Amino acid sequence: MLTIALIAVPLLMSGLIFVLGQKLARQLALLAGILQLALTVFAAIQLKYGNTSILTFQQNWIGPLGIQYHFSLDGLSIILALLTAISAPLIVYSTFNRTFKSPHVFYGLIWLMIGSMMGAFAAGDAFIFYLFYEIALIPIYFLILIWGSGDDRPKVTMKFFVYTMFGSLFMLASLLYVYAHTSPKTFGFEAMYQAGQSLSVLEQGLVFAGIFIAFAVKMPVFPFHTWQPSTYKAAPTAGTMLLAAIMLKMATFGLIRLVLPMVPDGLAEYGNWALVISVIGIVYASLLAMAQKQFKLLIAYSSVAHVGLISAGILSTNAEAIQGGLFEMLSHGILAIGLFFVYDIIETRLGHDQMDKMGGIRAVNPTFAFLYFIIVMGSVALPFTSGFVGEFLLLLGLSQYSLWLTIFGGLTVVLGAVYMLRSFQMMMLGPENTNTSGFTALTRQEKILLSIVVILVVGLGIFPHPIMDLSNKAVETLLANIR
Amino acid sequence: MELLPNVTMNHYLLVSVILFVIGVAGILFRRNAIIMFMCVELMLNAVNITLVAFSKVWGQSDAQVFVFFIMVVAAAEVAVGLAILMMLYRNMHTTSTDVLDKLKW
Amino acid sequence: MEKLVSLIPVFPLVGFLYIIFLGKGLSKNTIGAIGSGAIFLAFITSILVFTTQLHGANPTIVKVIDWITTPKFDIDISFIVDPLSTIYLLFITGVGFLIHVYSIGYMHEDEGFNRFIAYLNLFVFFMLILVLGDSYAMMFVGWEGVGVCSFMLIGFWYKDMANNDAAKKAFIINRIGDLGLILGMCMIFFHTGTLRYDDLFISESAASGLHGWDLHLAAIFLFIGAMGKSAQIPLHTWLPDAMAGPTPVSALIHAATMVTAGIYMVARSSAIFSASDVASDVVMWAGILTAILGATIALTQNDIKKVLAYSTVSQLGLMFTALGMGAYSIAVFHVITHAFFKALLFLGSGSVIHAMGGEQDIRRMGGLKSHLPITHITFLIGTIAISGIPPLAGFFSKDQIIAVAFEENMIMFVLASVVSALTAFYMFRLYFLTFRGSFRGTHEQEHHLHESPKVMTIPLIVLAVLSIFGGFMGFPHAVGHAMHVPHWLDHFLENTVEMEVLDMSVGTESILMILATVIALISMYIAYTKYMKNGELALEDDEITSSTHQTLASKYYIDELYEKIIRRPVDAIAQFARNVVEPKIIDELVKQVSLIPSGLGSVAKAAQNGKLVMYVLAMIAGLIILLSTLI
Repeated sequence: MLTIALIAVPLLMSGLIFVLGQKLARQLALLAGILQLALTVFAAIQLKYGNTSILTFQQNWIGPLGIQYHFSLDGLSIILALLTAISAPLIVYSTFNRTFKSPHVFYGLIWLMIGSMMGAFAAGDAFIFYLFYEIALIPIYFLILIWGSGDDRPKVTMKFFVYTMFGSLFMLASLLYVYAHTSPKTFGFEAMYQAGQSLSVLEQGLVFAGIFIAFAVKMPVFPFHTWQPSTYKAAPTAGTMLLAAIMLKMATFGLIRLVLPMVPDGLAEYGNWALVISVIGIVYASLLAMAQKQFKLLIAYSSVAHVGLISAGILSTNAEAIQGGLFEMLSHGILAIGLFFVYDIIETRLGHDQMDKMGGIRAVNPTFAFLYFIIVMGSVALPFTSGFVGEFLLLLGLSQYSLWLTIFGGLTVVLGAVYMLRSFQMMMLGPENTNTSGFTALTRQEKILLSIVVILVVGLGIFPHPIMDLSNKAVETLLANIR
Repeated sequence: MELLPNVTMNHYLLVSVILFVIGVAGILFRRNAIIMFMCVELMLNAVNITLVAFSKVWGQSDAQVFVFFIMVVAAAEVAVGLAILMMLYRNMHTTSTDVLDKLKW
Repeated sequence: MEKLVSLIPVFPLVGFLYIIFLGKGLSKNTIGAIGSGAIFLAFITSILVFTTQLHGANPTIVKVIDWITTPKFDIDISFIVDPLSTIYLLFITGVGFLIHVYSIGYMHEDEGFNRFIAYLNLFVFFMLILVLGDSYAMMFVGWEGVGVCSFMLIGFWYKDMANNDAAKKAFIINRIGDLGLILGMCMIFFHTGTLRYDDLFISESAASGLHGWDLHLAAIFLFIGAMGKSAQIPLHTWLPDAMAGPTPVSALIHAATMVTAGIYMVARSSAIFSASDVASDVVMWAGILTAILGATIALTQNDIKKVLAYSTVSQLGLMFTALGMGAYSIAVFHVITHAFFKALLFLGSGSVIHAMGGEQDIRRMGGLKSHLPITHITFLIGTIAISGIPPLAGFFSKDQIIAVAFEENMIMFVLASVVSALTAFYMFRLYFLTFRGSFRGTHEQEHHLHESPKVMTIPLIVLAVLSIFGGFMGFPHAVGHAMHVPHWLDHFLENTVEMEVLDMSVGTESILMILATVIALISMYIAYTKYMKNGELALEDDEITSSTHQTLASKYYIDELYEKIIRRPVDAIAQFARNVVEPKIIDELVKQVSLIPSGLGSVAKAAQNGKLVMYVLAMIAGLIILLSTLI
């Protein structure tokens, strides 16, 4: 029941905001965020004490096809639920420095999206997963189309929508193929895992390819990433945050949920290409990030690099990497919010994000530079920041698969430092100059939000233990089922 | 059937078919939207006749209920359809379907 | 008593947090007192912890909290107390404390004073984590932490872009090394399933699970990490540039802390390195090449801090040579003595720069002896110590490295002797040009000359004393045996690191000692005749006469080489990826694919011509076909 509440709260609040909207929209949206966070933390505590019965919900829906309303939170999905619940209020709060036309629609759509992503994370049934996975596209489409920037955004959003939708079709085909092998017919994960594992190795390899392409587009992994920078650029900051912090995690989480336990043999036998392109993506996206002049594009490409590592790590199928992957998802979400908010702060003040036309911000606004520096450090995975825990475990796990891939994947350690520090240097350091002399002090809202992000980054870096404990057992069970 | 003992089921169907074909032919060969619209009504009424005839033959009233529905819907359709045609004529000064071919792709 | 160890890093951390968050209204002296007080407390605690190890206690592991947990593999935040870590603790906190005190005077006029002291505290914190961590993962925490602190400190004066470039360079080159360390850890983890020293070396010796090329490769990866941090060829280029930071930072980074991390790591992994002859050879050759490179470049530098920087590079090279030959304890010994005299020299040079109003070019100095008496004496002591003249600290440690080389590898012996001759030469060149002769700067500078305040000179004096007597902790074996002076350090470390037992007669050892001393004295004499006797000769170095000189003055063009073969190509590839690959290839492919449906559509759309009649006709035709198939 609790799980249902976690999905229902966002959806109901979304409806409420649509209806009551206009004046109270943002307050209601923030309230929903806090409510969601409280509920999720409560759920995490329940899970910690083994009280799993209230975390599962199962009800018949389309009986003859074996489709059920089946939601459950386990040690894996709770991490993503926490990510959603932490990100949601932060994303809503990050918009408080701007006013939007028709705020009730804006915030309503945000919560509709959060609700559907939560649905995908908590799904206990492949059909439900697919359903919510796709529904989440609709609100973000309108968010970008209506509140985005740039004249080419109808084209950009169309590309984004069609591209991801197109990728998903491969997943649908794969899922239906596995579904056809279940008996009695059902989309429940457990039965799907069994059916998938009973397929021949070649079939498994093909099913894997189908699912991976869908996720590769969503994450995105090289070479399926070209929709992403332009979409991030066109989207309003809150939309970019939703995309980077939560939405792409549906794909990385899907790898753990759908790929590893369903087609392990196919992955082991025919899955090398997926790891290879993920690792190529790390290096390629890092190089692209180095070449960017616009800050937002730099963050966008750095996200591609990070996600490539998550993908490669998870596909290497071992406990360290999966734990690392889960934690990295959480960390990446928080850091993405921080980075895009930094972008937002700069953009509202200077009206552009051309890094070569900045410099000297630290001299004018040292507090901002300090907070940004910690976020940069999290992003380059400095120990005692949240970024390190995930990245270190991912590399450790990946090295059990292949040392060569680890060497190339590990280049992110070096290249990440190059482009992040370059951005820090170009924007923040140097003498005061006319470009940035008018850089006003942070407002209270900006300070609070950045501080929360920084505290989370450092706090999770030093105390990842409570969170990792939640998923520990689930990861063990997952791997035990595979072998 | 008692009223007109010489008129059998086949006659009703024949009338219905004739009406229907007239309707189809009208739609195919005329270009005036109003005429085409009337032809659609003819086709509908052709169907109505068959329905009533069959209802009589089988002694069941279900089909007659259908007919009422069709008549109501047709009336509504006429109301909306004629309104659309009126607007079309005002804007385009014609009701010829040769000219009105913009609604595509 | 060992439990106290968990307090040691807490002091500097609290100091850092306090100064950053609550230090706004406090006076500079209070901030200075908090900053150095924190390190002093850490120092006192370190002594307490150190005493537990004096009589051969077993290594103790003190767990603080759980950190990273996965089903089969955990990393705790926990500390190891054993001879190696405690001896590092002592000189990190001890020398660190002196540098903090010195900084109070040196940075007093700087507007970023609070920030500076806070960063220093953070730096010491991470360095303590580095040596105290009980696993490679914890060491890595400190490893990266000092990297980032060095970024903040080298680029401390961030308004000048040159400093920022130097800081970024230091961080990125360090990161290349860090990648090596990560890969080394990956290999160790893959083959042994653990990263804890306790499992690897002490109670389990799981490290023996590494064999053959896995072992060599793991050791070489670890060494790449050490290359980055300890500035060995080919990753040495960041260190001289790092002189952009304030002088106390140079002292802290170059003497007592960061650069010694590489030595610590190799010594800590001595079981792995001593098992791998390939890796040991790599370490040895990289070390000796670095030593020669650093020493030769130092001959031609005219910036007082650059000379010292290259001297550090060269001395670190010698330490790695020792490590490569299996003399782990002697390398650690040299680290300690080097910490004393190099800190002394850097702080002394800071005092000189302070007096000269920021001038760093030794060609504009000279004759400072009378103006800066305390600085002069202490600097001279440092110079003698590093040159290897008995009985000062540098003599003992360096001489033992040369002695090991004599036993192990004649080439190393010759090269190491050359390096130590060069060392004596360039150090005395520096000394004579700076303190002797007559003043060559501007009149204004001369008027401004003054001895530094007590807060700066007292650390110099303490370090000078340590530089004089520090060497006696490792008295040479054979001679010591004859004289009943034990090699205290070797005994202390013998259970922690692999030991190189030298089987050398008293005679041989004495001859080697005498030889080393003579070499140093001859070099000193040459420097004396060249730079002291004909007073103004210094300016001769202004003109670059030979191509050798040009090469040395340009640091063998290594920076230019990297610029050409690494930085520019990478940038070019990145630009190429951005301008060509991304839009013209990948996105173009996507576009082509998206053209397929619309191409098909344009064929089919001919049927949708908008003619109502056609639609009806098609409908009826369809109906007829459908009906006819049904019947």
